[in-house]
This record gives sequence, C-alpha cells and structure tokens, in this order.
Amino acid sequence: MNRVYLHEGDLPFCLGCGHTLIAENVDKALQTLNLDPLDVILVTDIGCHGIIDKSFKTHTVHGLHGRSVALASGISLSLNNPDKKIIVFIGDGGATIGLQHLIDSAHRNFNMTVVLHNNMLYGMTGGQPSELTPLGFKTPTLPEGSTQKGFDMCEVVAAAGASYVCRLMGIGNIADQLAVALGKKGFSLVEVMELCPSYAVKSNPGMKLRQVVEEAGLGIRVYADRDYTGYETEVKTETPSLIDKEKVISCDFTSALKSPARIMISGSAGEGVQAAAEFFARAAIASGLNVTKKGSYPVTVGIGFSSSDIILSPEHILYTGSPSPDYMIITSQDGLDHSLSTIKNMQEGFIFLDESLPVPNTTVPVIRLGFRKLAGNKNAAIFSLLYLAIHQKLFPAEAMLQMLSQSKLAGKADWNALVTMLP
Amino acid sequence: MNKNNIIFTDSSRLLTESLAQAGADVFIGYPITPANLIYHYASQRFPQFMAAPDEITALQWMSGFAAAGHIPVTATSFPGYALMIESINMAYMMELPMVIVLVQRLGPATGTATRGAQGDIALLSGTISGGMAIPSFSISNPHDCWELSAKAVEVASKYRTPVVIFTSKEEVMTMFSIDKTGLAPVHRVERKFYSGDETYVPYKADEKLVSAFLPVSSNKHQVRFTASTHDTQGIIQNTAKEAIDNSKRLHYKITENLSDFTYFEYDKEEGATSLLLSFGITSQAAREAVENLRCQGKKVSLLIAKTLLPVPTAYYDICSRYKQLFIAEENLTGQYRQLLFGSMPPAHIHGINEFGKMISPATIIKAVLSHE
Repeated sequence: MNRVYLHEGDLPFCLGCGHTLIAENVDKALQTLNLDPLDVILVTDIGCHGIIDKSFKTHTVHGLHGRSVALASGISLSLNNPDKKIIVFIGDGGATIGLQHLIDSAHRNFNMTVVLHNNMLYGMTGGQPSELTPLGFKTPTLPEGSTQKGFDMCEVVAAAGASYVCRLMGIGNIADQLAVALGKKGFSLVEVMELCPSYAVKSNPGMKLRQVVEEAGLGIRVYADRDYTGYETEVKTETPSLIDKEKVISCDFTSALKSPARIMISGSAGEGVQAAAEFFARAAIASGLNVTKKGSYPVTVGIGFSSSDIILSPEHILYTGSPSPDYMIITSQDGLDHSLSTIKNMQEGFIFLDESLPVPNTTVPVIRLGFRKLAGNKNAAIFSLLYLAIHQKLFPAEAMLQMLSQSKLAGKADWNALVTMLP
Repeated sequence: MNKNNIIFTDSSRLLTESLAQAGADVFIGYPITPANLIYHYASQRFPQFMAAPDEITALQWMSGFAAAGHIPVTATSFPGYALMIESINMAYMMELPMVIVLVQRLGPATGTATRGAQGDIALLSGTISGGMAIPSFSISNPHDCWELSAKAVEVASKYRTPVVIFTSKEEVMTMFSIDKTGLAPVHRVERKFYSGDETYVPYKADEKLVSAFLPVSSNKHQVRFTASTHDTQGIIQNTAKEAIDNSKRLHYKITENLSDFTYFEYDKEEGATSLLLSFGITSQAAREAVENLRCQGKKVSLLIAKTLLPVPTAYYDICSRYKQLFIAEENLTGQYRQLLFGSMPPAHIHGINEFGKMISPATIIKAVLSHE
C-alpha cells in the first residue's frame, strides 16, 4: 500500500524501531477511513516518536513532554467536529508525566485517538526506566532490572471512561486495529508494545517482545469498547454585557461630606458584614459620593472575622487603603480580635463598639452601643452603618432607608423604629 | 461625573468585559484566590468557558484553542502561573495568541492568598527562557483595566504572542463607583488569517517580523506548530541558522514593535528635579502622594508605567531628566528598580517598598521629602 499521509522516504527512527511500524500503520489505517490529510491533526509529545512530524502531510503540532493529550484536547474542544481526526503520539514517559491529562480527557471523552508508543523506557535520554517498565526489565541505568511492576495504562484509561482502549503488539500489520480506534467517537487509546533497539535489546540480550509483555502480565486485548458519542463543546451564542448587568444607582440624594471618610467595619462571618458594607456604599453613591469598598476575611469564608474597608469621598478616590480609619465599627468579638492592630494605628477618629465587647486599649474615643441587642446578630452590621450615616452626617439616612425598604432586608427589622432607639 | 450612570463594580468585571468585547472568546480557568472573580465573570460572559483540572492543563487547552483560531484567556496568581510557565514558553514558541491575567498576591509559595503584592516582576521578566520579551501590561486604575485589557487582545492577535495582564488582589477585588459612560467603546479585534494560494509557510515573517497565522482547521494548507527550535516551515531543527534566527525573531518582533504598544502616564511638573515612578496597585497612592506634595509646594513629576515589559526606552529617557528618582512598588527588594537599574543603582535612585501591605501616600511623601 502506498503512503498517503506520510511522505516517501525513510522515517527518522533507528533500524528496527517500532515507531516506524506505528507511523506506517497509522498511514494505512487512515487510508481505510479515507480521510483528507488536512482533516487530520497529529499532536506529538516529546520522545523519539515526536520527531515524526516532518514526515506527515497532515497538520502537525509538537508540544511539551507529557502535555500532548492536553494540547490535543484543546484542539478537539475548539474544533468540536468529529470529522476532524485528532491523533496523539505519546511515549511511556510522556504518558506518565501527563497521566492527569490522559485520565481527564478519557473521563470527559474528548474526541481523539491516543497512540501510546510503549517501549518501556526513556529512549531519547539514554534508556532510563519509566513507570511503565516491567518488573525485572533491564535498562542501561538499571542493569539489575526494575524492582517494581509497571502499571497498566490500558486499565487506567479504561477505568477513566474512554470509549475504546486496546493494547497491541508492535509487530506486523496493526493497521486494522488502529483503524478501529480511529473510527471511534470520543476518546480512544491504543497502546503499542515495542522494544527500543538501542537500549532495551542491548540491556536484555535475547529477550523477545512477546515474552516481556507476557511476563509483565499485560494483556493483548481490548480493554474498553463503549458506544459513546464523545464530548460536545458548549458555545453560547449570546452573553449579556457584564456592565449592562450592573444596576445604575440613581443619585437622588445629596451629601454634605466635604472630605474623605474612611470607615472600617469588623464583625463575624455569617452576620452580613460584606452585604451591609455594600448596602451602605450604594446608599452613599445614591447621595452623590464616590465610594470604594473592599472586604477582608479568612479563606474559610464561613467562620471567623469578616471586615470591610469603605471610603466615601466627594472627590475622586485614588489610594484605597485604610491603615488608620476615621470610623471603626466593631460588632463582634471576631471583629474586635481582627481590628486590634488597626486600632493601634488610630491616633484620631472614633470607635463604635458593640456594648457586649470589652473596650480595647486606645486613645481615641470609644462609643459603646447595643447594635446586637437592638437589631439582632444578623442585622447588627447594617444597623451600625445606618447609625454611622445618620450620626456622623455622612449622607442622608433616607438614602439608606429607601434602599432598605426596596430590598429583601425590608422585612427583617423595623429599620425606621430602630433608628430612633439609639442616642 | 455623570451622576445618572454610576455603577458600583470591580475591576475584575471591567477586565473580563473588555477582553470579551475585544474578541477574546474562550476562557479556560482553574480557580485561585485572588483571581476568582475573573473566573466567575468569565463563566457568564465568554462564549466558551472551560474549567480545567489544573493550571498546566489550562494553558495546554488554551494553546489548543489558539492553534484552532481562538483567542483564549486565563486568570491566575503566582502558584498557578508557576505551573503554567513551561506551557507559556510553548505558546510563545508556537506564536499562539492568548492573554494571561496574573493577579499578584503575597508570597513566597502559597503565602497569604488574600493579601495583595507586587512581588512577581522578576518572575514575569524571566518567564520566557532566554530572557526573551513577552508583552506585559500593568493595570494602574479601573480605566486601565478597561483599556489595556482590550489592548492585550489586540497585541496578542497582531503579534501572535501570549500577553500578560499584570495586576494584584487589591486592584481586581476592590469595588468602586464609576461612571460607566466613561468606558470608551471597545473595538473588536479583527483576526487576519493567511489567505494566499501559495504554500503556507507557518513561520515566514513579514517586515514587522510577524508571521501570518492559519489555524489547524485549514482545509487548504498544511499547518505546523512546534515548541522545539524550528525553521520557517515549522520543522524541528537543531541549531541550523534559519531555526536560530527564527527563535531570535520571537524576541525581536516584540522589542522592535514595542512603540506600537507602549503605554505610560507622564505627569510632568515644570521645574521638578524629582521623579516618582510607580505602576500597578501603587500607582493610585503615587498619584495621591504627588497631589499632596504639590500642595505642599514640592515640585515632583510622576511616571506610571503601564507597558511594564519589555521596558520602553522612553522610561529611561524620562528618568534621566531628574536628579532624584523614587520607585515605589509593593515588594521587599525593589524588583522593577533592579530590573531597570541593576542591584546596585546609583545613589540618586531610591526604592520605596512595603512587604505585606499597600504602600500609602504618606510613606511615599515621607520618602520623597527625606531626600530634599
């Protein structure tokens, strides 16, 4: 059979190398499928097999060691077209570096066929053992023979959920078996067993490939043959602008604030501190102020402190840090613990502390108020900010009360009544 | 400010929307603090969104999408970026357009995930083996997020290269009020693919040192991509002159076209003998410090670097005009200062640095006044 997908001439492999047999049989297998060479994308890994690109007339992509399956997955996901045949050539070294990619791509059944060139050692770097080197198999750097059993990649990939998995002996005509794999939808893997003529043969004189495979307990058989359809990439045709999704805040109120006010509120996770801060910020914006807000909390967002820095300013805000806030609100012990270092920085300003908490050591005035007692733990944060807006004349209380009345918090408390209960 | 168009948002949202409007069409993500908001928004906004199982896979999938004609994006922080570096080199060698958003946080290692930093300049500078140039934009305020993100897509496409948007936690997670009518319309990048009848030569460069792009979906021409040293055909070579020249070209196509994507803000004050240079999250503190210093009667000029790497020669030209130079950056060792002027800079060059907290205007003011 003449070559169609391979150029004429010698292939770039050592005499007797199984890689030549694989390349020629892939050519034959593709001929049986009658594919246009430009409907085939060959993705090669690092290793001797990877220098085959120049010999193929298909599209070729040659990437990093171990990453060919992931790279091919990106192409497969992008083309989203089962008529485009994506083939990966990878060795046993690449397969173990990129084991995660093999498992993941098999699991998701990305449309591609992986041809695993398993010669049981690293040929390109001098014959070191791989994770697929069988027990007792000798290599130049392991003359006493491997003391561990290589693992069975077909079992792994079949267990991951591939459409089709088989292992072949790299001897004779394997085009028909390769064609079966290439014809499958979804993820298929063909492991072809080889002996490296440069390193395996010299290290294991007289050893035959069939004998190695048999003694390793590697089955020459089909491991998975499932009627899967393969992965389909979701493409959204219309996605709304993220900016248009943002609610425009109507500036219906005015603030008498003449200079920036830096506020820090600290409480406990789960008590609505961030939501309260955002609510407060939006009310300030509705009053014509410029506002920034940033949250701080442990990575375990559901427990511990929750803190927010807010800056209100009639002018444009540049620096958004608040090393020493003008107003510190603390609604819980978690919040107090978190705020102690900032309180030390405060030379002026005010601290509004829930009355249930001990007074920290500070030179600035501390005003103790019953945020938690009056509004409840869940509403203490928003109540405290409402209090701040009113009593420090940052912006009109109506801005916040109107927003509260239009929000899901409307029924959580009688906000108008609460406002009158504080001094 | 138009008081009827104010929204309360964050730069993750601006950045994501700008990228999408500019024509980036695929987001591949692996979540990491503080880049999670970008991941979240991208999952809503990008036509294609894929959750990768790790950051290496993310970059490889992106490369696959790019090879097939898309402009993919990811967002990560140091731990993820470190995993991506070999694959970014691959994409660089294959000349694949893509955008990587690097949101800095406090290191080393996992450090403090929820604390910002500017500690990855040396890492960014050394991303490509051989010290080759990779275009990197630094965000200095919300409007930069909008404008430079779109530029990143444009540069990635025009010059067939990965581009890094360099930012930090405080920039992409802080909410702010902004007049949305101030966000200029973003022009969608028009991709130009090779359309000739002659045999396509994947790495044959034009006069701007850029080679025509063709995706692997082509039914007319064979396409080759390779990460190994290769000739213009995309065939692996050892150190043949044509192949070595091709590798050198990857660097020169960025440096020789740098003026096409040089962005900075130079606020010059007549009579000033001091210059404050900053970038990224420290820019706003620098702007505020300069305003304050000028109110105090101190003459000082300001340079905000937006094209961070490769370093535009204009920065050296501007810096050379001043007797005192202050470089403010949120890292321990003054990475950008060292990158510009070496580890033993002349005595008139001063670093203003913090580690683990933002640099405040007060800190900058104090440093500048201490060299009166």
